[in-house]
Formats: sequence, structure tokens, C-alpha cells
Amino acid sequence: MERQALKRAREAFLSGRTRPLEFRLQQLTALQSMIKDRHTEIATALKQDINRSQYDTPLLELISLENEITLAIAKLAEWAAPRPVEKNLLTISDEVYIQPEPLGVVLIIGAWNYPWAVTLIPLVGAIAAGNAAIVKPSELSEYSSLLLRAMLPRYLDQDLYPVVTGGVTETQELLKQRFDHVFYTGSSTVGKLVMEAASRHLTPVTLELGGKSPCYIDKNCDLRVACRRITWGKFANCGQTCIAPDYILCEPSIQNRVVEGIRQTLLEFYGVDPKCSPDYSRIINQRHFNRVMSLMEGYTAVLGGQSDASQRYIAPTVLKDVSPHSRLMQEEIFGPLLPIVTVSDMDDAIRFISEREKPLALYIFCSDKKAIKRMLDETTSGGVTVNDVMIHYTLTSLPFGGVGQSGMGRYHGKHTFDQLSHQRACLVRSLGMESVNLARYPPQDRQRARRVRLALTSPMIDFSKRTYVWAVCVTIIAFGLFVTLLVILLIQ
Amino acid sequence: MDAQNQVVERLRSAFRSGITVPEGFRRAQLRNLLSLIKDNEQMILDALHKDLAKPKFEAVISEIDMVINELYHAIDNLKSWMQPEYVSKNMATKLDNCFVRREPLGVVLVIGAWNYPLQLTLLPMVGAIAAGNCAIIKPSEVSAAMERLLAELIPKYMCQDCYAIVCGGAEETKVLLENRFDHIFYTGSQKVARSILQAASVHLTPVTLELGGKCPCFIDDQVNMDAAARRLIWAKFFNAGQSCVAPDYVLCSRATRDALLPALRQALGAFYSEEPRTCPDLGRIATDRHWTRLMELLGRSRGKVVLGGESNQEEKYIAPTVVVNVEEADALMEEEIFGPILPILTVESVEEGIDFINRKEKPLALYVFSNNSSVITTVLEKTSSGGFCSNDGIVHMTLPGLPFGGVGASGWGNYHGHWGFETFSHRRGCMLRGWALEKINTLRYPPYTEDNLGWLRWTTSARKTAWNSCTVM
Repeated sequence: MERQALKRAREAFLSGRTRPLEFRLQQLTALQSMIKDRHTEIATALKQDINRSQYDTPLLELISLENEITLAIAKLAEWAAPRPVEKNLLTISDEVYIQPEPLGVVLIIGAWNYPWAVTLIPLVGAIAAGNAAIVKPSELSEYSSLLLRAMLPRYLDQDLYPVVTGGVTETQELLKQRFDHVFYTGSSTVGKLVMEAASRHLTPVTLELGGKSPCYIDKNCDLRVACRRITWGKFANCGQTCIAPDYILCEPSIQNRVVEGIRQTLLEFYGVDPKCSPDYSRIINQRHFNRVMSLMEGYTAVLGGQSDASQRYIAPTVLKDVSPHSRLMQEEIFGPLLPIVTVSDMDDAIRFISEREKPLALYIFCSDKKAIKRMLDETTSGGVTVNDVMIHYTLTSLPFGGVGQSGMGRYHGKHTFDQLSHQRACLVRSLGMESVNLARYPPQDRQRARRVRLALTSPMIDFSKRTYVWAVCVTIIAFGLFVTLLVILLIQ
Repeated sequence: MDAQNQVVERLRSAFRSGITVPEGFRRAQLRNLLSLIKDNEQMILDALHKDLAKPKFEAVISEIDMVINELYHAIDNLKSWMQPEYVSKNMATKLDNCFVRREPLGVVLVIGAWNYPLQLTLLPMVGAIAAGNCAIIKPSEVSAAMERLLAELIPKYMCQDCYAIVCGGAEETKVLLENRFDHIFYTGSQKVARSILQAASVHLTPVTLELGGKCPCFIDDQVNMDAAARRLIWAKFFNAGQSCVAPDYVLCSRATRDALLPALRQALGAFYSEEPRTCPDLGRIATDRHWTRLMELLGRSRGKVVLGGESNQEEKYIAPTVVVNVEEADALMEEEIFGPILPILTVESVEEGIDFINRKEKPLALYVFSNNSSVITTVLEKTSSGGFCSNDGIVHMTLPGLPFGGVGASGWGNYHGHWGFETFSHRRGCMLRGWALEKINTLRYPPYTEDNLGWLRWTTSARKTAWNSCTVM
């Protein structure tokens, strides 16, 4: 079944249907309608999958997805246009540019925590770039996956963008086939398997993985606001967000105030009993519920800690004085447990972070600009938000992706388009001006060689912004001087 | 093999110390590399001549000058490349500081190739240094003289804690790949690329693969035959055909072929004289093994040799050879030729040529010779390839503004100029927010309400109208 879908998609791509921009715009507009028309059904599916509240869904998923589609529609012509580059003397009368082109058939493997955003935002880029795409939503978000399979063919071209559902076996079958790009969102463990499978066909991949995203709180910052922002980010979607602040690093002197700040915020957000709040989600399935619960072994929560296996409910939980060697600190938590690990100062925090794998996101709460810069300079991560959490994800002009174990490649906005395109280098010459070319042909002598060396030195024509600004300024100054000279001469 | 492990560890400690990050260090190292080339130009030429009988002209413009140009380009532009890139914001982030930082990846591995042993090893190294990484360079053992020279010179000019050369063959490379790198840059064949990619997937290491393929050259009926023939001959027999972007085979109509052959004969005679074997401007095949491979392909071919065909095993010499009556299933069409043999296949129309090209794997380069710009545009639009050049060959890769790389079977990723810098950098998206405007933030906090949702949609909207309203405010 997977093979059939791929065959049809490839034939549809080779027919050239996706090349005209009008077609791509039409598909993107249809996708836009689908999200708008069916958002109630999508919200219902998410409620069944993960007990997502009706407001959390647009907030956390649909707004960013809609913005992506709107941006792609508005900018497609600009993104797909040839991009001129600088020339040298040899190519001075030629056309030199980069032409973005579709890759072919892209495989998009979604995840279960934000099944719509994480599966469809890559699809937006794939469509915009002129590719066909096989969409494979996660089977763990079962209702969303089935809804997508039913809905997408009603709005989009059925041959070009088929939805293939299934579990591990079906995914493995898919990965045996040859694609032109594989876009995977999920865990590092499976990411390695995806890359290994793709390597057999030399298929390039984008891997959006995870890791433990550290959250450093400086002792001299507005703790109340910091705790509120962190609480929001940590417990949204019940902590099941790849860029959720995984753990807190702070000095022992402020630990209790941090706990108090979070406690107050939790009350504001979810009331006395979060279990009754319509805005608090659940763990996706029993396996993950058990996994998260077992991470707490040996620790007593200072906030929360309650659970109800029948509902897959875990209360928003905070743990103090957590040891770096505890189970909590060995794997990505991906749940509503927030450990606080104490460090002696910012240097200690930087050391702690740098000793570990590069995370997908880093959060720094600090009022001192110099200190922030130092932390940025001495650490690395996929992305950073300072004095807030997760928001860097919402700005489409920022490339979103990991580094090291947290992933490779990036997307959002134009970056998705570029990631799923081939940037083809084009040099369009004429057969005229052959006399210039004569210097490079054999038989060779010193004089000719010198001429060719000069012609190949570049850039002779530099179209960079810096040169342009310089040229404009110099022209203005020269003109000004000329006018001054004239005035002086006329006055006399 | 322990030695290799130690080398990686040494470089990793150096990277961790932060020594490669400051602009001054990177610029100094780039200047050192420039001195390496300039001080030792003659030794480099000798090594290239020993490995490939490379004529001085070719060695200078396609190896030495390419590295020098790349170095100057990097030195001149390093400062601006390293600057944070400020990005456009939406209304919710208007007061925030939003930018992209380019950060080094760590310890990278560059695996060179033997056909342009200086350039293919050092050009990626320039990008790696400029981006602030430490680098292990593994030159190809096939170009042994260059390997020895680089092993001697690099430690002399470059910071030894940050840049190391590892020599050896397939076995040594396999062991080297067991180590964890932050990026692997490989130039070579598809077969080896697969095993490199597999090794990389164990550590989730990103890769750049510069591979090859059969670069088609379509010649239209309406063409300036003499100029086309000269450019084709130049591009094909440069480095004795051992270029990843050499035009591999020609597609043209029968009539064009008949007009092309005399033009080719004339160009060959003008370039390499009537006795190419004695011409100093023609290179040789790199090894006996490659020479044998090429002769075997030629032997099995069912085409007819109309120009050249002579060879000499001792010298690893093959004359510039043109073969006609070649069919799609011919031996010469089985694999990338990578030698001075040019098959000409006939197609009766542009569409037939395009279909032929699209039946095969996406090549590293695609060439079209025509006076008719609509033919060029048609071929460009209906095919795909790493790079494209009309009415010439190879020169598109001399422009540092153009990304050089393949697509599909011809490779993954690109480099040259600032593309090399980007390849070896991590683009980190940063958003620096303030403490104020917490009131606006409350829109997103629970308990959720319909009103808040509406406002939030508006402030984070990507629509142009929202932006315009903001300027009115």
C-alpha cells in the first residue's frame, strides 16, 4: 500500500503538475480552508487523543500552522524566483543565479504531541517548494491521524499528497523506499534509524529531535514573571513539548522562591485541583504515563506529585535539589515534572549545560545584558529564548531546528521552503565573446595564464549590501563636494 | 588507531577551550593557510605533476588559484559572515531582539579526493576554519605525493591543536569514522558515501556529500559549432577528463554530430597538437587501476572510435578519444567515465534529449550548448542537476557566489564562498525578550478565554494588514 502511494505520487510529480506557482498556491489555499472549516473536528480529535483543551489547540497548534500557510501564499513568488549572485570578470556579461527547484517526493513523518502542527507545517513547505509528499502522521495520536487521512484527500490533490497511516511496521516499509528527502520529527533514538535507512538511498534528511532543554534562572531577575512564563511553557500540553523547559538551573538561595512562584502561578492557571481544569491536558498513553511516573522514583515532590492512572493524569509537579545523576536528569522528561538542579553561579550553569548534549532549546532568565551575551557565547543549542520560553518557535523568520543530538536541518517560513528545495547553481553564457575565452585554452603560455588568473579573481562585481551602501555614500559625498565647488566658484 | 582517537580528543579539548571562536584567530589561521600555498607553490605544482602529470596551467587555475581566491574571499568577508543576522518580527515580538547567530559545530572531518587533491581538500577546510571549527583533514591516499606534502606542511603552518591531518586508506578511514564528529564533509563516490552516511547516522552527524554522476551535455542544432567544440573539448579533457563536473557524454542530433566531429577534430589539434602524447598540456590518468578501468570500458563499448583511441599503459596515457554510435545500454554509459573518453549519443529532438537525461540519476552538472535561449530555458526547467551551465563547461564552479553541490545521487549539501561558511555553521535562532509587557503575555496564559484567543491570533498573525496596523499605532 505504501509502495502504491509512493508510485502514484512520483508519477504525479514527474507529470510536472506541481511546477506552476498557481497550482501550489491553489493547494496551499485549499489547505488553509481545511484548517479553517474543520477546526472543531480537529479540536475534538485532539481532545480524544491528549485531552487538549479547546483553546490550547488553536493557541499551540493551529495559529502557527495558519500563519505558515498565509506566509507561504503571500511570499511564494518571491521564494521561488531566481536569486542573482555576484560575478567575476570572466562571467561579467552572463546571467548568474541560483534557481530553487523541487526535490521530488518528500516523506514527512509526524509526531504525536502536536500532530497537526508538526505534520502539516513541513507539508506547507513541501507544497510551496513544488514537491509531492507522503504524509505519515503518528499512530499514537490515533484520532488525529485518522481524521487527517479522511480529510486531506478531500482538499488536496490525492495523488500528490497521500496520507499513509500505521505503526512501526508501516513506517519501516516506507523507509525502505526511495524518497528525495525525509523529514522526521520525533526522538533521537528513532532519528538514528531514520537516517540509517535513508542512507541506503543517499537520501538527505531533516531531523527535528529533542533533548533536555535547560532553563537557567539568574538570582537577580524578576522571579515572579520568570516563574509565570516558565510554568506556562512547562505545563502546556502536559509537558509534552519538544521545546518545553525540561529542567531548571538556579542558585540554592532562590530555589524556594522559585518553587513559591510556580505554586502561585499554578493556582492562577489551573485552580486548586488541576485535574478539574479544562485547560490541563493528559499523558498520551499508558506507556508514557508509566515512563514519566517512574522518573520520580526516589524523590518526593515539593509541588504536585499526584496522579491517576485511569485518566493518565499527572499533576503539575516540581522537585527540589535534584541530583544530576538521578533518572530525572538522564532522559528527556516529556511530561509535567519540573526538576530544579542547583548550581553555584552562572559559570557553573554554563559548565553544566556544556557538559551535556546540545539541546533543542536553551532558556535564560536574566536582566544583565552582558551576562546573557556571555551565556550565549559559551553555550550552544538549537534555538534560544531569553526571559521567556518557547516563543522563538512562533517567529517564522527564525530558523527552527536542532544541532548535534537535537537534530539537523531547520524549518519554519522560508526556511522550510529552502530546506525542501534544491538550490541549483545556474550560469547562462552566450557563445559570443569567444576572444575572451581564448586565453584559457591550451597550448598555454605565461601571458595567457596571467590573463585567465585575473579573470577568475572574484568578486570583481560585488552586489553585496555593504558595497552598495558604500557606493551610494561616496556618490553623495562626491556630489556634495562638486556642488560646494560650484558654489564657491559662482560666488567669486 | 589509538593515535587517531587521541587526535580527535586533542581537537575536541581545543575546541572546548574556545580558542577557535574569536574572529582574530580564524583570520590568522586563514592567513597562515594562504602563506602555506604561496610559500610552497612550486612544491605543490611538483606534487600535482607527480600524482596526475597535471600541466602547470591547470594546476594553477583549477587548484592553487581556486584555494587562494577562496581564502581571500573568506578573509575579506569573515567579519560580515560572523555578524548576527537580524530577522523580521511580528507584532508580538516587535520590542524583542530577534536574530540568528552563526556558531561553530565543533570538530569536523574533511575527506578529500584525488582528482583535484589540493582544492577538494583545502576548499572545505577554508569553510571549516572560517566557521570556527577544529578540523581533521583526511586527504586521498591515491594522490600520494599531495598527501605527503599536506601532511608535512599543514602542521607547520596551522595551529596543531586545532587542525590535524590523518593519512591512510580505506581501513584507516573506517576506524576514523567510528569517532564522533560534528560534521563530515566527503568528496568522492556514491558507494563510499553510503557507508559514510551509515557511520554518520550512528552519532546523528550531519554530512555534506559531494559526489559525481554522468554530466550530460546537450548540443542543439542551432549552435556556433566552433566555439561550442572548443569549450566542450576544454571542459572534457581538462585534467584528462577526471573532473566530477566534466561533461560525461554528448547528446545531439545526427546532423549536429556530423557537423560537430570536424570541429572537435580541429579543436583537439589546436589544443593538444597532432601528437597529444607529447603535449605538455594534457594530463595523465591517476593510477594503473583507473587506467585499466577506462580501457576496459572502451574495449567493451560497441561504439566506433572516430578520434583518438591511442593509449600507453606505462605512462597511464589515454589520448583524447571521441566515440560515436553509442547506445543507451553501452558500456560507456554504465558508470561515470571520469576519463578522456567522450561518447556521442544521438537524439532527434530536445524533448528526446530531456527524456533521456531524466531517465538517469540527477547529475552534478548539466550542460546545454545552443544559440536559442528558449532551448536553454526548456532544458533548464525540465531537468534537475546540482549545477547548470549553458554554452560552456566547468566554469560555473569558479564563482564563489554560486553554491557548489549535487542533488539526489550526485550529493547532499553544498559549499564554496559563504556557502562553505554556512555548511560548517549552526544557525541558532535567538529571541531576547524583555520583562515589560507582561500584560500582553497574559493573553496566552490559562484560564483560557475566547477573547484572549482572538487578540493573540491578531498579535502573532503573519498577515501584512496586521503589520500595517502596527505602524499606524
